[in-house]
Amino acid sequence: MSPLDAILEPLAYPFFMRALLAATIVGLVCAVVGSYMVLRGLAFMGDALSHAAFPGVVAAYLLQTPFYLGAAIAAVGTALAIGWVSRRGRLRGDTAIGVLFAGMFALGIFLFSRIPSYVGDLFGFLFGEVLGISDTDLIALVVLAAVVLILVAALWKELLYSTFDPLGAAAAGLPVGRLEYLFLALIALTIVISLQAVGIILVVAMLITPAATGQLLASSFGRLMALAVVIGIVSPAVGLYLSYWLDASAGATIVLVETIVFGVALLGRTVTARRAAASPAMPS
Amino acid sequence: MNESSQPTAVAATPSAVAATRTAIRLVDVSAGYDAAPAVESASLDIPAGALVAVFGPNGGGKTTLLKLMAGLLKPWTGRVEVLGGPPAAAARRVAYVPQAELVDWSFPVSVWDVAMMGRFPLLGPLRQPGSADRRAVEAALDRVGMLGHARTQIGRLSGGQRRRAFLARAMVADVELYLLDEPVTGVDVPTQEDLMALLDEEARAGRTVIATTHDLAAASRHFSTVVGINRQIMAAGSVELLNDPDVLRRTYGGHLLMIGERGVLLDDAHHHDTASGPERHFHEGDVAP
Repeated sequence: MSPLDAILEPLAYPFFMRALLAATIVGLVCAVVGSYMVLRGLAFMGDALSHAAFPGVVAAYLLQTPFYLGAAIAAVGTALAIGWVSRRGRLRGDTAIGVLFAGMFALGIFLFSRIPSYVGDLFGFLFGEVLGISDTDLIALVVLAAVVLILVAALWKELLYSTFDPLGAAAAGLPVGRLEYLFLALIALTIVISLQAVGIILVVAMLITPAATGQLLASSFGRLMALAVVIGIVSPAVGLYLSYWLDASAGATIVLVETIVFGVALLGRTVTARRAAASPAMPS
Repeated sequence: MNESSQPTAVAATPSAVAATRTAIRLVDVSAGYDAAPAVESASLDIPAGALVAVFGPNGGGKTTLLKLMAGLLKPWTGRVEVLGGPPAAAARRVAYVPQAELVDWSFPVSVWDVAMMGRFPLLGPLRQPGSADRRAVEAALDRVGMLGHARTQIGRLSGGQRRRAFLARAMVADVELYLLDEPVTGVDVPTQEDLMALLDEEARAGRTVIATTHDLAAASRHFSTVVGINRQIMAAGSVELLNDPDVLRRTYGGHLLMIGERGVLLDDAHHHDTASGPERHFHEGDVAP
C-alpha cells in the first residue's frame, strides 16, 4: 500500500470522514478555550467539569433525550455551582472543585449502576467513540462549536484583560464576575461537544495540552493561541489515522499525539534554554 | 476619635482651581474581607488634582482603602463617592494598578499588549482596537519611556520598567483618577523620580493620583498630600504631617524605625533586616519628645 493510499483509503468510509471532521472541530474549539484556561490556571476545572457531565449523560440516556442536553445541563450547572461555592463558601477554588466534581461523578456512576442491562453507549462516553458519531451528532457539534467560537471572538479582549489582571479590569468597569461565569459556561459547552470524540476521562488533555504547548513556545497570547489551534487541529487528524492503521482507541491515540508534541516542545525548549545559558551573555 | 464622624478634609493642593471639586469622599466607611474590618469608620475628602500618598503599616488597610475607592470592595457600612457618584458609575474614568506581586509576569503579553488593555474598556465588546487606539498606546509608551521596549514580554523587564508599562496602561484610558498600589516600591531612585514626575504632571493637569506606599522617604519627597491609615484614618493633610512624630506613632503604633536624622519612620515589617547601620530603633515611648 502506497503512502497516498494509506491516507486516502479511510476517507472512503463516511464514518471516518465524520470522525475526522468532528475531531478537528473539537480540537479547534478546545485549543481556543484552552488557551485562556492555561493562563487562568483552570486545568483542574476542565477535568472536573468533564467528570461532572457524566450524570447528565446517564440521565439523558434514561430519559431518552439527546445526550448533549443532559451533559450541558450537568456541566454548566456544576461550573456555576463551583463558582458560587468558592465565592460564597470561604473555600479555596480547588476545594470547591474537588467536592463538587467527585460528588457529580459519583451520581453518574450511581445512576449508571442502576441501569439493568449493560449499555455500551455510556461506556463510550468514558473513553470516547468518535468513529461512532452520527450525522445528527455532527450537526449539533458544529452548531455548539460555532456558538463557543463566536462568543470568544466577541469577547477576546475582555477575557484577556480579566485573565491577566482581574483587579485592574474590574476597576476599569469590565464585568469581571460575569465574564468568569460566562467563561466557565464556555468550558462546560466545549467539554460537552468534546465528549464523544475523546470521552470524559481524556477531554482535559484536548483542552490543556495544545494550549500548554503553545505557552511553552510563544511569548505573545496571539501566538500561543495560534500554535494551540494548529496543534489542536493537526493532532486529532494524525491521531485518527494512527488509530485506524494501528487499530487502537481513537480518543486515546489523539491524546497521545498531543502529549508527544508537548513532550517534544518541552525538550526543545529545555535544550534551547541550556544552550542560551551556556553561550556568552548577549548584549542587551 | 474625632475623625470617625467628621470627614477628614485633605488640604488643597497648589493647583487650587481643580481643588474645588471632590475626587473621593468617604463617609464613615467600614470594610474588610472576613469578620474583622480592615478599614474602620474612615471618613475622608480628597480634592480633584491632589497627589496623595496613603501610608501606614503592613496590614493597616492601605490596599483595602484603595480597593474601596476603585469599587473593588463594597463597604460594610458608610458611603463611598468617586468623582461625584457611586464607584461603579466612575469606573471608566478610573485606572487601578495592583501591587507588582499580584501580577503574573510570565503571562504572554508584551509591553504594547499591556498598554493596549487600557483601551479595552473604552472600546466595549466586538469593537477591535483601531488606529486611534494604537496612537494612544504609542504616545503613552513614549511618555513613560517604554516605546523602545514595546515588543518585550513583560517578564523580561526590570522592576521599574514593569511599573512604567502599567502606568502607560493607566494613561491610555484618559482617566481622571489614578489608584496605584505601591507604584514605587522596590524601584531604583532614578525610575522613582521619573515615575513621580509623570504623576506630578498628571496631578497638575487636574487628575487625581492616589498611591499607597510604605516608603515614607518617597512619600515625603514626592507627594503633596498624605493619608495615614492603621485600620482607622490616623492623619490626613499636607505632607508636613510626616514630620510630626505624633502622627507617625499614632499610625504605626508599636515598633518604629528611624532612618538617619531625617525623622522619617518606617513600619515594623522592615526593622528585622536592618539591625545594623545608621538606623536607630525606637519603641513607642522613645519617639515622644
